Amino acid sequence: MLNFLARRVVQLVPTLFFVSLLIFSLQHLLPGDPALVMAGEERDPAVIEQIRQQYKLDQPIPIQYLYWVKGVLSGDFGESLRNKVPVLSLIAQKLPVTMQLASMAIVIAFLIGIPAGIVSAVKKGTAWDYGANLFALWGISTPNFWLGIMLIFLFSIELGWLPASGYVPLSENWRASIASTIMPAFVLGNAIAAILMRHTRSAMLQVLESDYVRTARAKGLSERSVILKHAMRNALTPIITLGALELGTLLSGAVLTEQIFSIPGFGKLIVDAVFNRDYAVVQGVVLVTATIYITLNLLADIAYILVNPRLRA
Amino acid sequence: MTDVALGTLPVAVSDELESPTRRALRRLFQRKGAVVGLVVIAAFILLALFAPLILPYDPIATSWSLVRKPPSAQHWFGTDELGRDILARVIYGARASLMAGAISVGIALSIGVPLGLLSGYRGGFIDALISRMTDAMLACPFLILAIALAAFLGPSLGNAMIAIGISATPIFVRLTRGQVMSVKVEDYVEAARAMGNPRWRIALFHILPNIMPALLVQATLSIAAAIIAEAALSFLGLGQQPPAPSWGSMLNAAQRFLTNAPWMALWPGFAIFLVVLSFNLVGDGLRDALDPRER
Repeated sequence: MLNFLARRVVQLVPTLFFVSLLIFSLQHLLPGDPALVMAGEERDPAVIEQIRQQYKLDQPIPIQYLYWVKGVLSGDFGESLRNKVPVLSLIAQKLPVTMQLASMAIVIAFLIGIPAGIVSAVKKGTAWDYGANLFALWGISTPNFWLGIMLIFLFSIELGWLPASGYVPLSENWRASIASTIMPAFVLGNAIAAILMRHTRSAMLQVLESDYVRTARAKGLSERSVILKHAMRNALTPIITLGALELGTLLSGAVLTEQIFSIPGFGKLIVDAVFNRDYAVVQGVVLVTATIYITLNLLADIAYILVNPRLRA
Repeated sequence: MTDVALGTLPVAVSDELESPTRRALRRLFQRKGAVVGLVVIAAFILLALFAPLILPYDPIATSWSLVRKPPSAQHWFGTDELGRDILARVIYGARASLMAGAISVGIALSIGVPLGLLSGYRGGFIDALISRMTDAMLACPFLILAIALAAFLGPSLGNAMIAIGISATPIFVRLTRGQVMSVKVEDYVEAARAMGNPRWRIALFHILPNIMPALLVQATLSIAAAIIAEAALSFLGLGQQPPAPSWGSMLNAAQRFLTNAPWMALWPGFAIFLVVLSFNLVGDGLRDALDPRER
């Protein structure tokens, strides 16, 4: 296990190197002189010269890269061109909002996806199975920004039950906070519920055909206990780790969902940065997302080994 | 393409049985979902192609006397904030969406498959290099990477397609590599090698046709994802530029008039849903139809 872990961690080094290379090279996609583009409407040569020096744009590209990596490693992601705040503190400020949204979405996804998957596997070929599969198809195919707009129309405009936009922090008023995040969390959770449902269904189907389930049935155990105690436990182990890996889907989804519900989180940060041509922020957001994703991936691998005794040796 | 893809059974056997392509097609057409998906996609393609012949309205002609009119006999889907016919814009919008889906997946295939073949077949250092690069790209969530690329490339439909194509590439590299790894130890590849075929020939003519089914399924599902991504980028103003119609930018405009013109939001979103659903149905159907375990 330690061996495996060490190998996994060593593998991360080149991956992180390429992530940094990828994100660094983004700024060289900018057409023309990056200093001019970054300056935006600013045309003062002194400011442009300052940007050029700040981003080391006067240096050869490999040197620029080294400076950039050196900054990133010491926690300096550069400064937002818009409001002159360090990128890292902007991210630290927005991340908790998205984390609240993401955790609520994951809970919703598990509450819908796993029971739906179990029912459709146990009742394979019936109307239940058919319905659950339709739900999964709907969840995978619905663009979340459209779903968000439709929910706002129904629950905010027509029924007036929930606020259409805005965000209340949990610490301020938890009821208002839940009310302000329940629709976006459902929008985010819906797509993941569909993915979880499909995986749960196929894992359950596989387990239900296995020898030990047949043995449990032959022993005369009730169907309920066979499914709940024997089949589910084994089928769900990989699903739990899958939940962690859907974080990428969540963060991608959060971009538009936060935009539609005007929630000042991580996703809104990147969209605003794109509109403001605040390239350091865009790079910082992508870098942080990738790092979170890689870390979670590693944790999921470890969790998978911990819950699966056969892999622990 | 599928002809080459599946024509790998020994000749003597395939003479007696139906050809693998025909079997796959027969099984595809047995699936109601896939047939419905194919019909809807065909309908959208025909509408997009012949839009000017069918539609009485110009999708970008504005009219101040027709601002935000609800659906009526003249304007089935209603009109938008500039008095443009929404049905016309939805149908013309299909052009941007379908094109974005096809072209960006084309880009992803044409970069991803060669890299995957190289990585899986050569192994060694090249494999390690390509694999770590793929890991790095997969670590950035698909849409966030696409948004970042589109932001740096500049807003236009063409750049959006490039951004989506590049973001979708790593999936194809990984899929191709995995498939090559499992196929290259098969006897027929060994036989081809023993006959003295050069490596590029084995990769292109012996391995590639056999991994085609998996690529076809993934490409279909990726078109669905690419269409959503294009709509998302256009929604954010990074894709199709106004006044040219696209479903994403229509939804963006619609959000501002949700209180008094909800029909503006209904139809473009429903169109995205319908097309994406159809590609997902066809992708699922293809996966089942091409699965050799299910005869």
